[in-house]
Amino acid sequence: MFAYPTVRTSFIFLAIALAGLLVADIAITTANPWQDLGRLFWGVVTPNFFSTEGLLTALLRTVAFAFVGVALGSVCGFALSLVYRFLPVRMFCAFIRSIHELFWALIFLQFFGFHPLTGVLAIAIPYAGIFAKVYSEIFEESDPEPSRLLPPGTRSIPAFLYTKIPDCWVQLRTYTAYRLECGMRSSAILGFVGLPTLGFYLESSFSQGLYSDAGAMLVLFYILIATMPLWVRPKLLPAYVLAAPFFLGDGMPIIWGNVKRFFTEDIVPAPIRNGEGLVGLSEWMGDVWINEALPGIWNTVVLTQIALVATGILSLLAFPLISRHFGGPVRRTSGHILLVIARSTPEYILAYILLQLWGPSMLPAVVALALHNGGIIGHLIGRQTNTIQLRPDAPTGLSRYSWELVPRVYRSFLAFLFYRWEIIMRETAILGILGIYTLGFYVDSAIQNIRFDRAMVLILITALLNIGVDALGRYIRRKLALKTMPTC
Amino acid sequence: MSEFDFHGLTASFEGQRVIGPLSFQVSEGEHIALVGKSGAGKSTLIKVIYERLQQQASLIPQGLGLVNALPVFHNVFIGQLDQHPTWYNTLTLLRPFSKDKKAVKALLDELSISEKLWIPAAALSGGQRQRVAIARALYRQAPILLADEPISALDGPMAHTALTLLTGRFNTSIVALHDVEMALAYCDRIIGIQDGQIALDEPAANLVASDIASIY
Repeated sequence: MFAYPTVRTSFIFLAIALAGLLVADIAITTANPWQDLGRLFWGVVTPNFFSTEGLLTALLRTVAFAFVGVALGSVCGFALSLVYRFLPVRMFCAFIRSIHELFWALIFLQFFGFHPLTGVLAIAIPYAGIFAKVYSEIFEESDPEPSRLLPPGTRSIPAFLYTKIPDCWVQLRTYTAYRLECGMRSSAILGFVGLPTLGFYLESSFSQGLYSDAGAMLVLFYILIATMPLWVRPKLLPAYVLAAPFFLGDGMPIIWGNVKRFFTEDIVPAPIRNGEGLVGLSEWMGDVWINEALPGIWNTVVLTQIALVATGILSLLAFPLISRHFGGPVRRTSGHILLVIARSTPEYILAYILLQLWGPSMLPAVVALALHNGGIIGHLIGRQTNTIQLRPDAPTGLSRYSWELVPRVYRSFLAFLFYRWEIIMRETAILGILGIYTLGFYVDSAIQNIRFDRAMVLILITALLNIGVDALGRYIRRKLALKTMPTC
Repeated sequence: MSEFDFHGLTASFEGQRVIGPLSFQVSEGEHIALVGKSGAGKSTLIKVIYERLQQQASLIPQGLGLVNALPVFHNVFIGQLDQHPTWYNTLTLLRPFSKDKKAVKALLDELSISEKLWIPAAALSGGQRQRVAIARALYRQAPILLADEPISALDGPMAHTALTLLTGRFNTSIVALHDVEMALAYCDRIIGIQDGQIALDEPAANLVASDIASIY
């Protein structure tokens, strides 16, 4: 079995994760973790939709921020995708998408304050980078023959409109719709840093112990995501996009003095601001590096590797839930519902809830990341097994699982997993804001202490780490000859 | 009389020479059939000639090169994108002008496929797709036609109609054909390709079908 490179790679990653478990901080520190979990479930079962009128407003704002942010991101991403072949553009896009929405929000909060622009840009900027990459990949895969046949004097705009757009239209639309769903999740969690979306109300209900209020928000959020195919219709889309900016709320006015101060003073490294010269700067950098960046990177990497393998194991366990090769319609329907809930809950919200229940350690983060990402990959793999035709006398039960199905889907499973590696790392870093010692923790504390210069350096380091893992993931996928179309 | 002078045409695939070097002249008004067994290099030769002409030809490649998501009308109209300003082309994509509709429909009428005017190319059968590609080549009105097996999916009468149209509307043409009878009937010069070289180059009037059999 170890002759297969895919199996060898899997075991190497498994070993790394097990070694990570030895050094990781995994614990349940609260007194009554199961009692709280029970209360939360009770809250979800007995949702209270009428406690505050704020709930519907929060839902509306969540949708509005998602629409404006994703629309702006897709327009900018489309423009960037047309010039994506130029290296500086590619680097720029890789950079903006390697910084998580919440980090962008934290940055904009410092100078735009609680203005709607903060939330819109926090979604639009990283999404533009992702759209640029995926759109350009879609264009690259289109049929080149029709453009070869055009009469020579054809201008580039009609050529593009006639040969590329129609050929790619369905894929562009599907991917953009999928991203809109992601945008809803991003928009919801922006509430955790104070924007008026679902996360804000979820956090306040939770901190007051109002589990039924929190449950109502979660239930509404699932309904919102699950019914998207019904209310997001191509014909209605222009109306939504035009109306959305009017439902962002007023927030607070922008104080332009803050904007200027942020760029000319706040983010300038302290030693330069104080005129301490290069010696001061290198001491300062050394301090940031040893006391914040290194521990942050270490914890982020350890947590990412554990979460990656946990995601993999969970996906392999979860896909039979929706595979038509096992069980009856009742099992499959409940499996579908389970996986929909797992993948439509943002990992940040999952981690937040689990952290409230179990207390601060890496455990809630690992479980949250594994549940969310395992739900996504399990869904994709399960759907793939439904296209497999088994011979009539194929074994059943565990033998069918391990001899017939897993070997057939293992390569695409690995492809999805390595594709999500970078996404898991980006999320891991951000979960630090909740109090786990990953890079986000150090960024958040630097901001709390009004040391924006440090925060910016740490965000840059996080971005570089993400770019590095993305490159490594692509290298491994190429080495193992794994191919996948982008899914998230 | 102007001439197309093709000199030293070559093509390689993975380091292996598959075409030429070969040279020949084409006078204006000539209709040439490229014949030869499959794999002899006819398609490659057509491609090389198209590149040599810097795309100044109406081309019907074997893959047809239709934009599957676009209706038949736009797949034909695409042949004259260079004739109109950008705004005109963009508007046509949304709502075609009636004079273009009339022109394209007339052309499709001759190929008995005008009832498919607004059907996406993806929904057409192989023979219908081939007729759309023929209509596009005709609509483009380039000085020379290059076609790679343009009638391979058409039935008898339609194959005759198509070849009559193509050789009638284009002053000069180079058409790869595996059907020797059709080649002799519609072209006035036969070039036989064997292993990437010209094995035969004669006026059609001097040949009968059995003369060509030797290169197959």
